[in-house]
Amino acid sequence: MKSTVVRHLALTIAAAAALLALTYGLEPFRNYQLATAAAYLCATAGLTVLTGLSGQLSLGHGALMATGAYPVALAQNEFRDRDISGGWVLPVSLSIGVATALVAGLVVGLAAARLRGPYLAGVTLAVAVIVPALTTAFDSVFNGDQGLSVYVAPPPMSLGYDFPYERWQAWIALTGALLVMFLLANLLRSRYGRHFRAVRDDEVAARLAGINVARTQVLAFVVSAACAGLGGGLLAVLAQSVSPGAFSLTLSLFLVMAVVIGGLGRLAGAAWGAVLLVLLPEASHSVTEALSLSPSAAQRLDGNLPLAIFGITLVAVMLLAPGGVQGLLSRAAGLRRRTRGWSDPGAERQHSAGR
Amino acid sequence: MDRFVFLTFDGLSRGAVYSAFALALVLIWRGARIVNFAQGAMAIATVYAAYSVTSATGSYWLGFGAALLCGLALGAVVERGVMRFVGHASPLNAVIVALGLVLVIQAVLGMLYGNEYRPAEAPFSRTAFTVGGLAFLSRYDLFVFAAVVVLMVGLALLFTRTPVGLRLRAAAFAPEVSRLLGVNVAGMRTLAWALASAVGALAAMLIVPTGLGLHPTSMDLVFVTAFTAAVVGGLESPLGAVAGGLAVGLLLSYVSGYAGAEMSPVAVLLLLLAVLLVRPSGLFSTVAARRV
Repeated sequence: MKSTVVRHLALTIAAAAALLALTYGLEPFRNYQLATAAAYLCATAGLTVLTGLSGQLSLGHGALMATGAYPVALAQNEFRDRDISGGWVLPVSLSIGVATALVAGLVVGLAAARLRGPYLAGVTLAVAVIVPALTTAFDSVFNGDQGLSVYVAPPPMSLGYDFPYERWQAWIALTGALLVMFLLANLLRSRYGRHFRAVRDDEVAARLAGINVARTQVLAFVVSAACAGLGGGLLAVLAQSVSPGAFSLTLSLFLVMAVVIGGLGRLAGAAWGAVLLVLLPEASHSVTEALSLSPSAAQRLDGNLPLAIFGITLVAVMLLAPGGVQGLLSRAAGLRRRTRGWSDPGAERQHSAGR
Repeated sequence: MDRFVFLTFDGLSRGAVYSAFALALVLIWRGARIVNFAQGAMAIATVYAAYSVTSATGSYWLGFGAALLCGLALGAVVERGVMRFVGHASPLNAVIVALGLVLVIQAVLGMLYGNEYRPAEAPFSRTAFTVGGLAFLSRYDLFVFAAVVVLMVGLALLFTRTPVGLRLRAAAFAPEVSRLLGVNVAGMRTLAWALASAVGALAAMLIVPTGLGLHPTSMDLVFVTAFTAAVVGGLESPLGAVAGGLAVGLLLSYVSGYAGAEMSPVAVLLLLLAVLLVRPSGLFSTVAARRV
């Protein structure tokens, strides 16, 4: 156990050094993208733990990111209004965001631990659709569709006058992402990680082995929500604004796509997913620019092309790689793994029912 | 009191539409054991089709017919082209594929029509009649009721009085036996999807003019509400879906009437959580209909 922590610590420090060097090598815009990918990574890593390792699907992680982001915005602005500043302010705000997301995750997780299959998906989908709508319900606090701007202090003077702001952003976000990855990697190698996998693979066997299944599932949900909350808080800090539009159902679906496509069940997959989330819109932007369309057509294509690509990729992955992804997902539902072909409707009928 | 009466009628009118949409979910659930998470996106696509036809011809009713036909076709295409090939080892596979479809459909609609809200015209006045100072229903509400009642009676007759209905039910309940008896089970499943998708199209045509506006994502919340209605009814029973839809419609009408329209999404979430935590099989389920 101890050696695992030391190994993970060494890996984290090595990654931190490499990324630090990278931030010096990249131009500002790329640094900003790196920072955004790091923020997404917090959420996708959390979702990987939840879906890939403990076997619960959440379509509501975009909304959980919002529950992390809004408190950060409120806290940062409150600190500014009271003229409180210092290096500790941002970490405190982010902790408040994480704590809020953690509580939200506990509430959803308590419900989720009792639900299976499409029912669980339905509840988390409801969370994804309804939490952004809450910002309108409590207009005076969250400022409705406009959202809030987030005050973020400039980089410390000790770094020099002309220190690029984007590099500072990248440092903040990467610190958060590395922390999440380090903690999750250790969690997965611990007793709890084994419990997660045991519950995912076979709930009955896990229960017989003395594992409290419900508590394990709730724990996974809470950990995952806290990670999503940190990701949301970091996104708010990077964009210096929060609005319900930034945490729509589409974001929740994108996160699911990212972890499915990136590879369920491995933290490295979460990193690929996060990078994909940042690079795909950019790639489709350059495609639309290359096509030299009329401005309105280009604008339509620009926003929707990544959606289409993600959607098609997701459907294709699910249809064409039933062994890989499906194998994990079938265990995700707590059902016994079936290696049977997917064109056997007789078998389908017996094993596709939820509770 | 006036207000209560008005909210009740308004709730029943909205609830009728949720019933129809929930019925579409139940049709697919019974036929294929899949909760069609793409239902909302598929339905809004048919409303866009209706919008195009109505703009081209100037006739609301041609658009209405186009939406229903488009619904039938879309359901069949989705089942034949995609859903048939989904592995059923886990119920989540179908959910994830459906969500992929949601993204694709919404992206295509956004590319074709743009991502701005368009007003949707209602074919009848939405101003309520007043009888003795009490506001009752509008012409449009009556149209909604009539359409939903025709739909329900039609489906009931189809399922209980026709040979196709018998085959549909047989294929859903005992696919192996039905196949041995010569029922085209795969074809019945496609038909169930097509029917459900047309029902969803009808529901969307009825609800979009009531203030939702035409937008690729405007059915998202309706889907969640209808899912809640179907869960309240138990996902198995068409009657449960109807009752659940009306109950959810009433609840939402009272919540938005007395607590503010912006609170109704919260009420949906709380209701869904409450029902699932207390009776996951639905309030209207009798004995365990079937354990699979």
